[in-house]
Amino acid sequence: MAELPGQIRHIGGRMSQLLEQIYGFSRRSLFRVISMGPIPCHIAFIMDGNRRYAKKCGLEDGSGHKAGFSALMSMLQYCYELGIKYVTIYAFSIDNFRRKPEEVESVMDLMLEKIKSLLEKESIVHQYGIRVYFIGNLALLNDQVRAAAEKVMKATAKNSRVVLLICIAYNSTDEIVQAVKKSCINKSDNIEASNYKHEDSDSDIEGTDMENQEKKIQLVDIEENMQMSVAPNPDILIRSSGETRLSNFLLWQTGNTQLCSPAALWPEIGLRHLLWAILNFQRNHSYLEKRKKQL
Amino acid sequence: MIFIHSIIHAKHLQFFTLSTMLSLLCFLLSLLFLLLLPCLRPCFSAKGSLKDKKKIDKGTYVVGEEEPPKGLRRELMPRHVAVIMDGNRRWAKQAGLLTSQGYEAGAKRLIEFAELCFKLGINTVSAFAFSTENWGRHKIEVKCLMYLFQRYLKSKIQFFQSKEIRVSVIGNLAKIPESLLGIITEIEDATKSYKKKHLILAIDYSGRFDILRACKSIVKKSEQGLIREEDVDETLFERELQTKCTEFPSPDLLIRTSGEQRISNFFLWQLAYTELFFSPVLWPDFDKDKLLDALASYQHRERRFGCRV
Repeated sequence: MAELPGQIRHIGGRMSQLLEQIYGFSRRSLFRVISMGPIPCHIAFIMDGNRRYAKKCGLEDGSGHKAGFSALMSMLQYCYELGIKYVTIYAFSIDNFRRKPEEVESVMDLMLEKIKSLLEKESIVHQYGIRVYFIGNLALLNDQVRAAAEKVMKATAKNSRVVLLICIAYNSTDEIVQAVKKSCINKSDNIEASNYKHEDSDSDIEGTDMENQEKKIQLVDIEENMQMSVAPNPDILIRSSGETRLSNFLLWQTGNTQLCSPAALWPEIGLRHLLWAILNFQRNHSYLEKRKKQL
Repeated sequence: MIFIHSIIHAKHLQFFTLSTMLSLLCFLLSLLFLLLLPCLRPCFSAKGSLKDKKKIDKGTYVVGEEEPPKGLRRELMPRHVAVIMDGNRRWAKQAGLLTSQGYEAGAKRLIEFAELCFKLGINTVSAFAFSTENWGRHKIEVKCLMYLFQRYLKSKIQFFQSKEIRVSVIGNLAKIPESLLGIITEIEDATKSYKKKHLILAIDYSGRFDILRACKSIVKKSEQGLIREEDVDETLFERELQTKCTEFPSPDLLIRTSGEQRISNFFLWQLAYTELFFSPVLWPDFDKDKLLDALASYQHRERRFGCRV
């Protein structure tokens, strides 16, 4: 009689394992069908709604972010299974530093814990061979988080299958200003170097013209100096919780990105939202390709 | 006897196989249905955004030049509304008209839209009339558009003066015809003194080139010693963008019609905290009711700018 609950638990465990395997199989079959059409190369996520989720479920403030992290892991799994190479997530904005200090501290602690866990053998990073980038003004982070981030970037530098870009202490306007400053510095360095070369050479090149040419900053100079230049522009941007705004995220890069704003809060986001975004992307894909060729 | 048994057995087997296949098919279909059921409702619909939890305080109706019927609050009106006027060609095709007639209807709609916005207390209206990427369209279509801008702007100079609407045109303007450039200068000069209502037309505009232009301007100023490198920050950068002609360079609300959910290289920097509203309606059909829907949706939104309100 005493063995009965244990047996029931054992059977229950086996059943849930079986159901999970069936679900995984159906999901991968569905992905094979969807992959018949064009698949986006890069998807970006704004993970909005964690605090509202915690409030809705009557949990304490920090639990919303923890639930959000599980949702993120599932999303990453689906994306990489589908063959999407680049995934960018908006983890923490520079504006978020203006929140209550206790909240900022708890989010930083959670991020430190999760960043460290990326280096563990069972983590998703090793499962999918992910190269991780931390994009943002990392000088604004505390030493521990910054050190952990740099360690993860170094440890995953050799991975090349798929890429995860984590935007932390990030603002698009800050990224643009930094890129502009860098391009100015690079340009003036180039001019100095070429002046030095012209002094030595005996050629008849009109130095003034070359200088003027090199002095002009081009679009490509700014683009090269953007931190996000390690990835192509996102094809889809998904913001959860129904809010339709960019909140200073990837402004330069999302000029032609398809924007989706499902009403679900981030911890509630699921496979169906991702599939719907991809189906919409496939619907518009041929028109966008035609336009790109026109340019 | 054995023969009859075998027939019955075979029939049972057939029936069994058929029923297994049918139940497997039903299972797969229901799984697909369950996965996609929430997606059968549109991801974002113009009306859906009105089902926000916030209740409208029915006691505070707007009292202004134009009394909006849907209970909008004047103090919550956006100061700057931007619009991507998409869908003119599709509208013309649906109505069995020429593309040029679609653009005409679109231009007419813009004037009505701007007038209505100003009556509701909105200070600045900016419209994406022609993108740098639109040069890739058919030459005749582009020529027709340039001619339409020229004709419309010329015919409306007196109208803008009588309504005291300031008109500015932003964009690269390097490739546009001289005649249109002349009209633009004329209309800008004629209306530059007006302050309360501002209509900005983005012609040959690209968000990226706007940023590049600001960058070049900053480089030039730093070479001339007017600014130092350490002074370059977001505020200074914003002052170098083409939207410096208005007191409110960042739109509070961006409306894009025709159902497409993209920015298409319109304002990039300026849209950092802008509320986006995507309407499935084609631009020439975007009438007063649709605008009021968009404004109602805007007023229901909680703008946090990254912090907790």
